[in-house]
Amino acid sequence: MSKLNIDLPGLKLKNPIMPASGCFGFGKEYSQFYDLSKLGAIMIKATTVEPRFGNPTPRVAETSAGMLNAIGLQNPGLASVLSNELPWLAQYDVPIIANVAGSLEEDYIEVARSISKASNVHALELNISCPNVKTGGIAFGTIPEVAKQLTKRVKEVSDVPVYVKLSPNVTNIVEMAKAVEAGGADGLTMINTLVGMRLDIKTGKPILANRTGGLSGPAIKPVALRMIYEVSQAVTIPIIGMGGIESAEDVIEFFYAGASAVAVGTANFVDPFVCPTIIEELPLQLDHLGYEHISECTGRSWREHGQRTHHRA
Amino acid sequence: MIRKELCKIISQEEIAKDIFELTVEANFVNEISAPGQFVHIRIDKALDPLLRRPISISSINRLNSQFTMIYRKEGKGTALLAEKDKGMLLDILGPLGNGFPVNEVNVGETALLVGGGIGVPPLYELSKQLIAKGVKVIHVLGFQTQSAVFYENEFLENGETYITTVDGSYGKKGFVTNVINELEFDCLYTCGPTPMLKAIEKEYSHKKVFLSLEERMGCGVGACFACVCKTSNELEDVSYKKVCSDGPVFRAGEVVL
Repeated sequence: MSKLNIDLPGLKLKNPIMPASGCFGFGKEYSQFYDLSKLGAIMIKATTVEPRFGNPTPRVAETSAGMLNAIGLQNPGLASVLSNELPWLAQYDVPIIANVAGSLEEDYIEVARSISKASNVHALELNISCPNVKTGGIAFGTIPEVAKQLTKRVKEVSDVPVYVKLSPNVTNIVEMAKAVEAGGADGLTMINTLVGMRLDIKTGKPILANRTGGLSGPAIKPVALRMIYEVSQAVTIPIIGMGGIESAEDVIEFFYAGASAVAVGTANFVDPFVCPTIIEELPLQLDHLGYEHISECTGRSWREHGQRTHHRA
Repeated sequence: MIRKELCKIISQEEIAKDIFELTVEANFVNEISAPGQFVHIRIDKALDPLLRRPISISSINRLNSQFTMIYRKEGKGTALLAEKDKGMLLDILGPLGNGFPVNEVNVGETALLVGGGIGVPPLYELSKQLIAKGVKVIHVLGFQTQSAVFYENEFLENGETYITTVDGSYGKKGFVTNVINELEFDCLYTCGPTPMLKAIEKEYSHKKVFLSLEERMGCGVGACFACVCKTSNELEDVSYKKVCSDGPVFRAGEVVL
């Protein structure tokens, strides 16, 4: 019996491990290293209506236990993702979660409507939290009423369940989570990157051409855990957790906080094999800790003894 | 085929001020297909530095399954790397990227290899392979100052070698471009700082020129889109190449420097 299978809206996951959007391209690069069918799911790179080049370089800067990025949602555009990337991914037995981005509400709706009809797209991840684009994105992710409205509109056109990716760059993330839940979101993914900055010691100027970037990696793990802990107690929809995960222990910690599945981001850059390694080690960790199934860990940090969560597989 | 391997350090030596020559043993040496490819090194298991460091391959020894890298100790990562001793294991991902096309120059023709600073190392394996093929090789190597000069003798063994230093403390004073003007060649291969590459590309637009680019990288395998460059000057054009997986070597004019 698998200890790792998880059922979430739209997603029958053989395990709860998936690469995070923006850290895995559309899968091709990492298919050189292992069979992508091993993964629970794949969150593909954000897709916008038109192709985007993104920001000027440098686009990354390292920080202690983390990195800043300001890629700027570079992607080949909806038409190309539909005709090239998704059909290529269809050779693998793995559900795709399509990250949907845009500048205007209409952009999100157009991408969501089309991409949700692709046969291997099992869920959408609404990207209302990218900190690196000038218009859209983050505005939808910081005002609860706007986020709710967008979620509602996207839900109306999507053929698959909609998860909303929350930004940590807000005063009250619980309020945001409740708003998108009220807008009809089927789940949440959290957290996106924290806005940060680094300066060049010689020139005194920002290292990133975009000046600021999103902080990811182990440095943000405690922030992600705290936010998932708070949000998971305030909503009834499931959470896919992310933020600095790089080991099976990290995964269990995110489940304890309240996650029902997790995504691995920056760690893919450090170790291209990190996802299959975690998938292999997770059952051993669960054995070691005395759990029969990973779902027993969800919300353990706040759950009363014996109380079950609502979305056990 | 890209591999991730724990490679044993065979030797490490400071060959010029802050310039280190590092030789490791790796099974993936046979996978190295062209000079100018690079590897991505995880310096430590610790979280700081977190990301791998891209370092170019400067020579290959297939017989002993070894390869050598030359890097400059500059930031946190390379400072830690410089402390590694013989016998220690290094987590290396490689070989990565596309190197210099040796086939672009024929037996009896002349190749001009132009390197600037820490762009010099990958030209050494290129020089060896061109010589082995029967190509005449001329090297022009630019450094900041005398203490930064390395591998002069190694390059001299393969062919004519000109050294320039910015401050004139060794070789010819000035930039590599001052020397190239006086040389005849059929194909030019270069690696170094962007202003140097730009100057060469502009000056020799009528010649066959190959440039190796440097850019801050995240994953090193083409997934993160950190090291992207434009392929057109058009503002609205979105076509691009990734330095890590499409490059780092490009034909002059292929990407916007």
